Amino acid sequence: MEHHIVLRVVAKSFIPVILLFALYVQFHGDYGPGGGFQAGVIFGSGIILYALIFGLQTTKKVLPQSVIHHMTGMGVLLYAGIGVLSLIKGGNFLDYSVLGATPAAGQHIGIMLIELGVGVTVAFVMVSLFYSFAGYRQKDLDDPAAEDDDEQDWIEESDQE
Amino acid sequence: MISTHLPVLQVAIPLLAAPACVVFRQATVTWLLALSVSCISLLISISLLWQAFTTGEIRYELGGWAAPWGIEYKVDVVNAFVLVIVSGMSSVVLVYARESLQHELGIRRIHLVYTGWLLCLTGLLGITVTGDAFNVFVFLEISSLSSYLLIGLGPDRRALTAAFQYLVMGTIGATFILIGIGLLYMMTGTLNMTDLSQRIPAVSHTTTIHAAFAFLALGIALKAAVFPLHYWLPNAYTYAPSAVTAFMAASATKVSIYLLLRFFFDIFSESFSLRTMRLNEILLITGVIAIFSMSLVAIYQQDIKRMLAYSSVAQVGYMVIGIGLASATGIMAAILHLFNHALMKGALFMALGCIFYRLKSLELNDLAGIGRTMPWTTAAFVVGGLSLIGVPLTVGFVSKWYLILATLERGWWWLAVLIVASSLLAVVYIWRVVEVAYFKPAQDTEVNEAPMSMLIPTWALIAANVYFGVNAQQTIRFAGRAAAELLGLP
Repeated sequence: MEHHIVLRVVAKSFIPVILLFALYVQFHGDYGPGGGFQAGVIFGSGIILYALIFGLQTTKKVLPQSVIHHMTGMGVLLYAGIGVLSLIKGGNFLDYSVLGATPAAGQHIGIMLIELGVGVTVAFVMVSLFYSFAGYRQKDLDDPAAEDDDEQDWIEESDQE
Repeated sequence: MISTHLPVLQVAIPLLAAPACVVFRQATVTWLLALSVSCISLLISISLLWQAFTTGEIRYELGGWAAPWGIEYKVDVVNAFVLVIVSGMSSVVLVYARESLQHELGIRRIHLVYTGWLLCLTGLLGITVTGDAFNVFVFLEISSLSSYLLIGLGPDRRALTAAFQYLVMGTIGATFILIGIGLLYMMTGTLNMTDLSQRIPAVSHTTTIHAAFAFLALGIALKAAVFPLHYWLPNAYTYAPSAVTAFMAASATKVSIYLLLRFFFDIFSESFSLRTMRLNEILLITGVIAIFSMSLVAIYQQDIKRMLAYSSVAQVGYMVIGIGLASATGIMAAILHLFNHALMKGALFMALGCIFYRLKSLELNDLAGIGRTMPWTTAAFVVGGLSLIGVPLTVGFVSKWYLILATLERGWWWLAVLIVASSLLAVVYIWRVVEVAYFKPAQDTEVNEAPMSMLIPTWALIAANVYFGVNAQQTIRFAGRAAAELLGLP
């Protein structure tokens, strides 16, 4: 994609906006349309766009495979962790009312964090799916054992551009 | 204090542990985490069962939202009994799984297997514990998706097609269940099971409810591998890793049978399911065909893992016959067989895993002489096989005894004869293995016994087969109470 100057320039100016918009959808989900899932998809597609234009290798410098794997788990942990936190604070599982000073404030904090958990997992699962497909080269198809190779190999080989 | 939160901790603890496995990544750490979480689940479910048995139904409101609006977890003896089966089998098989999985799959990315395992456990426990129809679907998807992963990991490349086959069939099943729940919601405006059971009678004459019934029956029967819908099961069980097969055979179809009971006896009333929709006739006919045709197919298998997979379909047939008899004894026999079949099939598949560990093959001809080279494993297989046949002093006998009792109660002696006759078919396919294992000379005398970490859990299950076969009062009491609860008897 080296010579596609239009794509590169447009993508460069779009990607920050896409990521910012994802955060807007995430945190405005309380008041308007949106929420964790939509925000996660938008955030994930921002990163995927970057990988499409600038190559998988560059993207993996920013977000290595191991980070992606950790983050997918972290989102679920955050979600379930909030449930346990509300248990510890004396409410039922996922009863956000006990999280804040007043029930209303508690509900606000609770749903915000839960949706953040959803957003993080969705975003990084999207990227993880893209990594798997984009990193799957002809070599892997010929030699099934290569699929199990170290993740380091993926990073070195997967840049198709 | 903590005891009031047990129903949700049952699901929340494995759910928390699953992503933690992704974060830790280290094989031993994740195995220990999975095993301890599974054991905690077992303790919780035993205490839930005891609580439900002594003090009655336990209800838990998720997020503090009251029942018909919020999601409610509802534990009675029926589902607490199934919770014990699922978490108990998961714990025993996990002890065994470490060595078996490492040997079959290699060390790389083994943490993902435990992640999948814990998610599957979460899903199965969630389906069982929840009192909300839509929540059932959500957990069903969690358990199904993770079980496709677990099956697809099998050591043979054919595991992938088997997993794909199961994925297609399982998705159809889950979609049918979702459509059924959607139709119910359309007519009643509620998803809470208790609420549904109160509102359905008023609209039960409508075609929409009839359609919902049909979709649910087909969807659940597909997931439970009830006879003509069992297509996915033999391949999935044959090609999955041994430990996964043992876990799935002992838990996944059991949970689906539980759903069948819950939906058709509790949510739709017994009189609607049986008298208006005549589900019992369908179940009886398919059950009888299943026990004969599937046992016959099992006799002709060369791969003994596939043989036991077909036998599993036949065994589901016995449960379905018990439900089809639609009497307190019949349903009790079906619930009893859920537990007993989990014990025998779990033990048998674990014994096969031990054999595969040493021989790298489960073809009947390769098993020649293993009675001498692997005496403990083969003995475990024989005792498990006797239990499968229904020989006295094993759990298999207890289930068949009550099943036959239920048929005689109805005066259907011909059905009792058919059940006994089909057990003779089980004698044939178990004997084929015994004959090869003990009466043929060993091809390879270098073969050793399987490692202790695999033999001990296998024998623990075999011991349970005998223990609960001799000392069956407790399981009978639980199953009897569960059946009474489902039928609304005092």
